[in-house]
Amino acid sequence: MAKKSIVDFAKIKENLAETPKPIQVVDEDAKIVDQDTFKNFSDDQLVEFMKKMVWERALHEQTMNFSRQGRMGFYAPTAGEEATEMGTVMAMEKQDYLLPAYRDIPQLIQHGATVTEAYWWSRGHVKGNEFSARALMPQIIIGAAYLETAGVAMGLKKNGEDAIAFTYTGDGGTSQGDSYEGMNFAGAYQVPALFIVQNNGYAISTPRKKQTAAVALTQKAVAAGIPSVQVDGMDILACYSVAKAAREFILAGNGPVMIETLTDRYGAHSSAGDDPSRYRTKEEQQPWLDRDPLIRMRKILTDKKLWSEEQEDKLVEEYKASFKEAIKEADAVEPEKVSDMLKRTFEVPTPALKAEIAKFEEKESK
Amino acid sequence: MTKRSYIQAITDALDIMLKEDPKTLIFGEDVGKNGGVFRTTQGLQEKYGEDRVFDTPLAESGIMGLAVGLGLTGWRPIPEIQFMGFTFEAVDSIAGQMARMRFRFNGKKNSPVTIRTPYGGGTHTAEMHSDNLENFFTGIPGLRVVMPSNPYDAKGLLISSIENNDPVLFLENLKLYRSVKDDIPDGKYTVPLDKANVVQEGNDITVVAYGAQVQEAQKAAEELAKDNISCEVIDLRTVSPIDTETIFKSIEKTHKVVIVQEAQKMAGIGAQVASAIAEDAILSLDAPVGRVAAPDSVYPFAQAEEVWIPRKAEIIEKVKEIINY
Repeated sequence: MAKKSIVDFAKIKENLAETPKPIQVVDEDAKIVDQDTFKNFSDDQLVEFMKKMVWERALHEQTMNFSRQGRMGFYAPTAGEEATEMGTVMAMEKQDYLLPAYRDIPQLIQHGATVTEAYWWSRGHVKGNEFSARALMPQIIIGAAYLETAGVAMGLKKNGEDAIAFTYTGDGGTSQGDSYEGMNFAGAYQVPALFIVQNNGYAISTPRKKQTAAVALTQKAVAAGIPSVQVDGMDILACYSVAKAAREFILAGNGPVMIETLTDRYGAHSSAGDDPSRYRTKEEQQPWLDRDPLIRMRKILTDKKLWSEEQEDKLVEEYKASFKEAIKEADAVEPEKVSDMLKRTFEVPTPALKAEIAKFEEKESK
Repeated sequence: MTKRSYIQAITDALDIMLKEDPKTLIFGEDVGKNGGVFRTTQGLQEKYGEDRVFDTPLAESGIMGLAVGLGLTGWRPIPEIQFMGFTFEAVDSIAGQMARMRFRFNGKKNSPVTIRTPYGGGTHTAEMHSDNLENFFTGIPGLRVVMPSNPYDAKGLLISSIENNDPVLFLENLKLYRSVKDDIPDGKYTVPLDKANVVQEGNDITVVAYGAQVQEAQKAAEELAKDNISCEVIDLRTVSPIDTETIFKSIEKTHKVVIVQEAQKMAGIGAQVASAIAEDAILSLDAPVGRVAAPDSVYPFAQAEEVWIPRKAEIIEKVKEIINY
């Protein structure tokens, strides 16, 4: 007879494998699965959600066009992620502090930056970071924003502000040490921070399953002692409602929250030569294309006679025209000068920098 | 004036700045109730409360991220990294984030952070506690690196660092912590950043040093004086940026220079000073630039420190070599 083990690791492992059921308000077939939450939204609000997603999709399409024309710099496509991006950011207030990652340009614009500024950021011009939104620039170092979110949240709390810090990363980002440290610090200090993981299944070419043995990324928050929840990231009403509930919970002094949204990146990782056909099959992606957040919302609104194809086409044209205006404005910017770069390195330039500034100013005046 | 150790001078500076500026915050591992592992923050939490002086989880990256975030929301963070060897954990927050904040946002955002951390050899610490890592941080635009050599400068430079609106890496020498005591003013005073100090005037040769090596250079100068060699000793105080003007002015008079550092030779402060001289002041010299530095090995195990760290004898030898060139 086998000796009874002091601990049943098999059972413990089995418990860890229990997958959560993502929160939904509207399912893939546009069926309302949570009537109570759905009733919270007025017709106007429902239309507003749709408009924001149409805007984001149009922004993506136009930006891809600009990119193909060589008129953009770095761009990380957002198609497929409209519900998680617009839903979560629309639940925030202007006084909240946004710490976006590089794919979170639509949220940054929604939070107060202009499209022109976003284009400057993409192309690599300092004016792209001079937005008036209460936000940092899109963070390139994956995980860094999570760390800084804990600090910003602590600062807001110390200031006694009615505001939270909110940040985004992707599924790959949850493997970073900084992501854990950020959530753990926020938890240890019980500061008002919202950590959002947009799980689109891939970190460039690496599938989500290769990042971790955890069956849900929400488990990452358990280690920090903070509540977490998984949401259908293709359901804007669920994303919005959960983010709003999280914000209220956090603002009431309950400490941080983590939200994982399940979504899909329809396009490439970035415009810098990534080709998803190298690592992803059409068959595998098809269910996600069927779950397009716009399809779902479009059906609900059409059934309610709040939306039409003509209306949507007209909106898309309007939005695209506004992006063309924005890029014209972006084109008109003065090129940066080395003397200005040197000047903004420190508040008071060091003697060595002063000498360099003088040298470049002379060159630039010719 | 009160006799204060290097540690006490630092505590004084922190106490003054906590009192004067309600936005200053001190945090790190064991800096609160325990008063820091070297007692540099002794009594400060008791005096100013847990909101101003607090302990953190054990994660250097997290500590620096906290500093960045607090700086963005109007606070003036003074985080501590327990030993400089552990800054590797936090290099992105320092070099990739806070040092770039002003540049990125065209001055609309900044990182008014003063990172305090002890470094330096001669106290037989365990691995990664004494490494002289300033070389690693001096090439980062947007970051100042300050290395005081005595209690007076430690207090004045720390106050200047905290008042500065850009990030400063403030390096405290472990060997000097308790080994030196000076009479220093009780109240607030500042020592300017970016400015070297001629600690001893001389005519025959310029000796440029910083940190604990300033005392070694002074001791060497004392002995060399007996052989009628008059050394002008310069304490850099800030090692990034380097005050080359003060060095150039001195070598115009002495025409000879020896640069002393405790860190390994490769890509160090000595190399930077030597190349600045080569570019802009080579005609002032009538002998090659002399350099005293540690061997290019990993920092030694505790028992081997005394054969590895350059001291007075190596400085004397190098000065004589350059003088007799």
